[in-house]
Amino acid sequence: MEDILNWISMHEQMIYIVILMIFVGIEVIGRVPSVLHTPLMSGANAIHGVVIIGAIIVMGKAEPDNYLALILGFVAVVVGTLNVVGGFVVTDRMLEMFKGKKKREGNQ
Amino acid sequence: MLSNPASARRGNLVAAAGMTVAIIATIFLYRDDEGNRLHNYGWIFGGIIIGSVVGTLAAKKVKMTAMPEMVSLFNGMGGLCAALISIVEFDHLLHSPVLGWTMYPPLSGLGIEDLFADANLSARILIILLGLIIGSVSFSGSMIAWGKLNGKVKDFSFKGQHIFNIILLLIVLGISAYLVADGGSKLFELPGSHSGNAITDNAPRFYSMLFGLVLVLSLAYGVLFVMPIGGADMPVVISLLNSFTGVAAACGGFLYDNKVMLTGGILVGAAGTLLTILMCKAMNRSLGNVLIGSFGGGQDTAGDPAKQQGHYKEILLSDAAVVMSYANRVIIVPGYGLAVAQAQHACHELEKLLESKGVEVKYAIHPVAGRMPGHMNVLLAEADVSYEKLQEMEQANEEFPTTDVVLVLGANDVVNPAAKSDPASPIYGMPILDVELAKTIIVNKRSMKPGYAGIENDLFFRPKTSMLFGDAKKVLQDLIAEIKNL
Repeated sequence: MEDILNWISMHEQMIYIVILMIFVGIEVIGRVPSVLHTPLMSGANAIHGVVIIGAIIVMGKAEPDNYLALILGFVAVVVGTLNVVGGFVVTDRMLEMFKGKKKREGNQ
Repeated sequence: MLSNPASARRGNLVAAAGMTVAIIATIFLYRDDEGNRLHNYGWIFGGIIIGSVVGTLAAKKVKMTAMPEMVSLFNGMGGLCAALISIVEFDHLLHSPVLGWTMYPPLSGLGIEDLFADANLSARILIILLGLIIGSVSFSGSMIAWGKLNGKVKDFSFKGQHIFNIILLLIVLGISAYLVADGGSKLFELPGSHSGNAITDNAPRFYSMLFGLVLVLSLAYGVLFVMPIGGADMPVVISLLNSFTGVAAACGGFLYDNKVMLTGGILVGAAGTLLTILMCKAMNRSLGNVLIGSFGGGQDTAGDPAKQQGHYKEILLSDAAVVMSYANRVIIVPGYGLAVAQAQHACHELEKLLESKGVEVKYAIHPVAGRMPGHMNVLLAEADVSYEKLQEMEQANEEFPTTDVVLVLGANDVVNPAAKSDPASPIYGMPILDVELAKTIIVNKRSMKPGYAGIENDLFFRPKTSMLFGDAKKVLQDLIAEIKNL
């Protein structure tokens, strides 16, 4: 029990972030109209590509002789980037579909 | 910024910019506990460039109708990334277990190491394993979902699969619990300890094996988890897997004490979970029903070959043209068939033509019409259909009784009355568009074959309904020609 409490007190800040982000996440979804749910899913997909930062750290700290870290790290960076870049481009394409509509209505 | 379509695109760009800043900052500014900066810049930039080029090309060249698949594919990539990170970190741990302790230099030297080290090591192992399991499940599951949406993977299930899946999951969790509990203490004894104890001396290899087992079983679980679920339910599954990957990313955040990863990860995890729940609500099915119930019931109802197809009426193109031109109000119900036929522009042409003849034309959009929420909206937006003409299900249902003609274009399950009347139907309970309340219903399909969910649709055999067979685009164009001739 003591171990757990000690762990919590050492990671206080992280735990605050977890709780806060849960609230923010729920708030964000609540404010989005259902027609935007799919682009939102795609956007969220791109955002969890932030995992690429972990891959960068892995690669960055890999010793020249640690082939496992080098190779896996490299693959991780590539796929992580795919997630981020692919995710944002797909989201952009989805949102682009709404542009024409709104622009026309702005002109009327 | 995401709350309305106009500013949403800018919101997306802002997010992308933020991500870029975070990545660049990490590359150049990161310092670990010993104050070392990152090296291997060549590899890092190389990887980023490859990923960016491939990602952009893939995302730009794909057809709009393939968008949900791409979301799943890229989601899988994220899961894979998290799993790979866990593999490397576990390997790191096996070779220098005291690493877990050096995360907290301020306290070292106070002799408190022993007190905290066990817990820290266990915690670290736990987080690594969580990242591995969640990342792997998300990766393999997303790959299967990708396959399902582009038609390459068929539904597959075997009897007792759900029990099997649960047992598999329990095994994964069991091994993980052992690694966390045992590894926390044993690993710490490793450096320089020659206790002569055969078990602890061989521990690294043993732990590696267990770790590998967790990896393989997690991948298998991901596959088996998604396999039995029908393609129509994929968007819900993808949303769920999306939140899984978010949590996996958050685990990475804990591993590196990195607030950016943690923030992004938990945000997506929470938002994704809520989004999944909302999608289920729109289908009026519980998440459990989507994940497990899927086609268990289907075998009993849809496969009732003795039940007659019944008699359906066909309508001639010329008659359809007349009926629609002289109607007061026409409501169009678009479905996936419209998207497949890429007939949205022809549809808009028909709408404009009818309106020029004084007919009021509106569109009834069911929340799960198409392959993803908002699919029909996007499709019609592409054809410049005015936003105001799109009605949500509740509004449309109120207008059907005073509507002369309903034109169903490639929609099937969303207008299937079995959802109301047949408790054994897989779609039972799902709110549908009550097109039956209108005076005349014209259904356009290519043939009488069942729709995506594979269920017979009684609507086609009702008295007020007539069928207009053919490819949506051609039928619409022919209709337009006919109406112009009137």
